[in-house]
Amino acid sequence: MKVFFFHLMPYAEVDLDEVRKVGTSWVRLSNRLYDPEKGAMLYERYLNQLERAEELGFDGIGVNEHHQTAYGMMPSPIVMASALARRTHRVKICILGSALPLRQHPLTLAEEHAMIDTLTRGRLIAGFVRGIGAEYHVFGVDPTTSHERFHEAHDLIVRAWTETGPFEFSGKHYRHRYVNTWPRPYQRPHPPIWIPSQGSQETIDFASHPDRRYTYLQTFSPAAAVKKYLDLYRARAQQYGYTALDSQLGWAVPVYVGQTDESAIAEARPHFENFRNCFARMPIEFLLPPGYTSRESMKRVAAAKKSMFGDLAIEPAMEMGMMVCGSAATVRDRLVDYYGEMGFGNLIALLQFGTLPAELTDANMDRFAAGVMPALQALGERPAGQRRVA
Amino acid sequence: MQKSTETIRDCTVSLLRGGSGPPLLFLHGAGGGGIELPFMTRLAERYRLIAPEHPGFGASDEPDWFDNIHDVAYFYLDFLEHLDLAGVHLVGMSLGGWIAMEVAVRSTARLASLTLVCPAGVHVPGLATGDPFAWSPEETFRQGFHDRAFAEAAISRLPDAVEADDIWLKNRAAFARLAWEPRMHDPHLPKWLHRIDVPTRIVWGAHDNILSAGHAEAIAAMIPGAGVTVVPEAGHFLHIEKAGELAAAVEAHTQGA
Repeated sequence: MKVFFFHLMPYAEVDLDEVRKVGTSWVRLSNRLYDPEKGAMLYERYLNQLERAEELGFDGIGVNEHHQTAYGMMPSPIVMASALARRTHRVKICILGSALPLRQHPLTLAEEHAMIDTLTRGRLIAGFVRGIGAEYHVFGVDPTTSHERFHEAHDLIVRAWTETGPFEFSGKHYRHRYVNTWPRPYQRPHPPIWIPSQGSQETIDFASHPDRRYTYLQTFSPAAAVKKYLDLYRARAQQYGYTALDSQLGWAVPVYVGQTDESAIAEARPHFENFRNCFARMPIEFLLPPGYTSRESMKRVAAAKKSMFGDLAIEPAMEMGMMVCGSAATVRDRLVDYYGEMGFGNLIALLQFGTLPAELTDANMDRFAAGVMPALQALGERPAGQRRVA
Repeated sequence: MQKSTETIRDCTVSLLRGGSGPPLLFLHGAGGGGIELPFMTRLAERYRLIAPEHPGFGASDEPDWFDNIHDVAYFYLDFLEHLDLAGVHLVGMSLGGWIAMEVAVRSTARLASLTLVCPAGVHVPGLATGDPFAWSPEETFRQGFHDRAFAEAAISRLPDAVEADDIWLKNRAAFARLAWEPRMHDPHLPKWLHRIDVPTRIVWGAHDNILSAGHAEAIAAMIPGAGVTVVPEAGHFLHIEKAGELAAAVEAHTQGA
């Protein structure tokens, strides 16, 4: 298994009472609550953590994109990946992901990713996402066109990476008389593309298609949902006529390792609960703007509204496998067990979440790297007999 | 009023029809149509009332060409031709008022008059607007009605999970397709409003929290000869909370036209 250290870079210094009062940390939470001095301090801390992950032996590090929120201070993951490109030498740098439909000119993404891939001599892993609902409010992109724009931007970027130009691209949403990007990506045919998702059949059909075989990441979901969607990917691959490798699957999950199970829970609790119940909180109008996803998916989420939008404490979150927490031995055994059940070949560990302070994050990283990660990295591709297809 | 359908080229729309007299085409707002409201019942006493559900909304089709407000305007020009209507009193409410303006700048050949009820469509710098896309259904009613009693009554009638209702989801997606960006307006529309050459009346609720009443005079200044009626003690949904006043305003305007 490959193990990645993933960061959201939350604005951990935010006034949480204000977030609770406004009801969300997204879009409506005024940036008068943002202090540039504290922002600079957090950037430095978070980048140091990501850089240290290379020394600790992680296979890769990851950043992502969110806009107008204290949940994550990376409106451009390109900037953070660039900052990391010259300060790291071995690890893969993952952008998980770039929100393609939010761009007016996704050709700039093809260019920027090619630059980072070149700077790192091929250490870039690209991630393609649609962006979350709230971000369609930010950019005034019509959410009913989100899927179309995603697929068109994807096609444009992959063609820009793999075909020599100049050529013309003519889509419904994006039109370019000349596509001819310099530099071209360092990796051939192009940097790996991963698809982070909260789970949908459409996304799985797209990612698992034999022409693509993109690595599918299930993000921040209960373990049962992770298993369901990873199994769906495998089943779809079989229907397409091939057997998916574990390396085509990944799970992104918050992890906290303490001295003991009890101290781990005590230390992680307030910070995880802030992450889940403050930073991630948003009203349904922001989570699901009109037409953002299929009517059936919208109905499912709306029907589950009460459970999704209520507060969640750390114990039920652990119970559901929405976070993994405990001593090194507990976390290791838990993750090895999950691997046996689900077969994710990539673990994207969120080792800083919410308000988790520097000392606890460092201790978490150290314990994880020493007591959990080696056992995971030793796990090879599971023998075919152990792969179960739903 | 009776429900029926009409198929214009590749698009079938659902309509409410009733009454007799001069034809009156009513274009509904973003919340959708398909329901006979009291002001419609009253108008059907004097007019041949036709109230379609727009393409993309309610029981109507979602055609492939449904991309923007201009598509809907051209559809309604086809619709008037298909039904061979002439001397039509066109009445549009909110989103429907915007569509009515987009129709009228293209052609008034089949129109006798235009009544715009708190129409969207024109951005006036400095004037307050709400953002229904950021509101829950409950909040939309509280912002949309001036009379709290109407708002609470509407809220109490909401199904448990309105966000899971097919028609609600469909109407909201159609509204977004037309009005998400630019938000509830067409920046090019003001350039052509001078083309409207039928008698035009703009009716607005004095306490509209979605599109503030100041829009009425601003839009009237762009349409030759347009008059303004501001309805006191009314919000954006004056077609419900001031049904009688709205019907009277339409009657007064169209009888002079």
